[in-house]
Amino acid sequence: MGTPDAGAAVLAAPRPAIDRRRAKKSAAWRRRRLVLLFMSPWILGFSVFFGYPLVFSAYLSFTHYDLLSAPRWIGTANYSYLFEQDQQIWPAVKNTLWMIGVSVPLNVLFAFGVALMLARARTGVGIFRTIFYLPALAPPVAATLGFVYILNPATGPINSFLGLFGIQGPLWFQSPDWAKPSLVLLGLWGIGNLLIIFLAAVLDVPKHLQESAELDGAGGLRRLWYVTVPSISPVILFAVVIGVIQGLQYFTQAYVAANIASGQASQAGDTTSNLGYPEDSTLFYPVLLYQNGFRYFQMGYASAMAMLLLGVSLAVTLLILVNSRRFVHYAGAK
Amino acid sequence: MTAAVGAAAAPLARRKPPFTVRRRRFLLAVANHSVLIVVTALFLAPFVFITLTALMSTNQALSSDLWPHPFHWGNFIDVFRDAPLWRWALNTFMYSGLATLGLLVSSIPVAYALSRLRWRGRDAVFLVVLIALMLPPQVSVVPIYVMWAKLGDFIGFHFIGTLWPLILPNWLGDAFSIFLLRQFFLTIPEEYFDAARVDGCGELRILTTVVLRLAKPGIAAVALFSMLYTFNDFFLPLLYTSDNPHNWVLSIGLSEFRSLRQVQWNLTMAATLVVMAPVIIVFFLAQKAFVEGVTLTGVKG
Repeated sequence: MGTPDAGAAVLAAPRPAIDRRRAKKSAAWRRRRLVLLFMSPWILGFSVFFGYPLVFSAYLSFTHYDLLSAPRWIGTANYSYLFEQDQQIWPAVKNTLWMIGVSVPLNVLFAFGVALMLARARTGVGIFRTIFYLPALAPPVAATLGFVYILNPATGPINSFLGLFGIQGPLWFQSPDWAKPSLVLLGLWGIGNLLIIFLAAVLDVPKHLQESAELDGAGGLRRLWYVTVPSISPVILFAVVIGVIQGLQYFTQAYVAANIASGQASQAGDTTSNLGYPEDSTLFYPVLLYQNGFRYFQMGYASAMAMLLLGVSLAVTLLILVNSRRFVHYAGAK
Repeated sequence: MTAAVGAAAAPLARRKPPFTVRRRRFLLAVANHSVLIVVTALFLAPFVFITLTALMSTNQALSSDLWPHPFHWGNFIDVFRDAPLWRWALNTFMYSGLATLGLLVSSIPVAYALSRLRWRGRDAVFLVVLIALMLPPQVSVVPIYVMWAKLGDFIGFHFIGTLWPLILPNWLGDAFSIFLLRQFFLTIPEEYFDAARVDGCGELRILTTVVLRLAKPGIAAVALFSMLYTFNDFFLPLLYTSDNPHNWVLSIGLSEFRSLRQVQWNLTMAATLVVMAPVIIVFFLAQKAFVEGVTLTGVKG
């Protein structure tokens, strides 16, 4: 009675191992299915609204396409027009570079400076912080409208105020020279997000580093340069990367400012050719892309512009991230 | 003995700094605060000017006066009568609400899989999410627009002119929200997950109970950001709805307001204030979640 059972037990002995392996395998399968289930919205969204559009855009950039008739293959004609003939590309690129080159450093310096002062303030930090943050919340269209009014050359409050001191204010959004600086001012007003990030970083600088530098006889400026700046360098990098990326997609403020300011100048509801007003000084790359794609319906040409923008933004992102190790200090973990 | 103790204790007791040091500190603090107050005034000035102009008569708004005389509170009523602000607000809230709901439902599981489940290729996928986050939307607007137009022809529903091309993609995950939620989920101590697993919780139950409860502030911040983003969005509504005023959102309506109301700066500024108001009210109600969210994007990013 015992023997067959024992024999069965001996025979069965390896079986649990197989079962366990099988169970392990099926558990791994279940896990993989679970991961797939959780990731499925992104996988779908990424393929439909990112991967596929990029491939389609690359294809369209070699065609002439106006949305009505089928895309017609024209080889590299869009690109040669883009690089050699289009009179508006260079102003648009120049404006975009100007905006990034001026406004990113200014924003970072300003946010950093105000954050330093806020970190030192003993009273009223909460109120100051709230007021500095508020403009960042103002919808861009509303903020731009407000600025075009405030900087309105003839009767706007700023030029009236300057007039009190006998200063003839500039033409702001009406002048090709002052339109971009006006947009920079608008950007500085909406600095709130950056400011809060900088404030958190400055407050996070280890106290003992500051104190030991002070004991070594470092003055305020040297402490700032040798202790505070290296400690918050990851945040500075973050601010620069975000600033450049936002600069490459700068659209709403430029579009609205040109639209409103040109309407103000002509007093007519003519909204066909006001992009970039005045004299293409606010014609940024994304504005030109919009104009070609959605005003002129040159979908093929707009796709070529989009591919160039894709190349530039990828290059900028990678360049900054790869080089970041050289000049950014990461505390603790590498 | 007592003398020795006294001598040792003396440097430990907090000594008052000498007068010159105290004076210098005081003056520095005064200078610091004065600069802050000046900058604060500059930051508030645009709000003040916009409000003052919104209260002027039409003719006064065209003059260089700074102070309304008399106050025209009726401007705020006229704005609602002259422009379909309610219609635009309704469209905005539909866009904002449906987009935010979809983005939460779809992004939370993805963020959970990217932060709390271990699987091969996870870091590579997260890197792809980050790259997708970095690229300007203008890169893919043309093909996506064409896609909606063709899909509309195919199933016989005109997507162009409606807000659906803006809402629907949010139901398939949003890179920024996934990134932010992942950062929040990583701050939850591992012990909670282990305890739940030991108690026999499946991952789905962990997600719906542990994560949803512990990451509430994070989820609230993501919802707030999404509502703010959609409320402020201008580019996509311009692309898809500019030819169909029936579906305009507040940002589009406001930008076209001046062409409706030629030179009436007072009414334009009143409308500007009306559009700014909801965001600012929500901010004061949820300031903490906002600030925490903004800080997390920067410091941990």
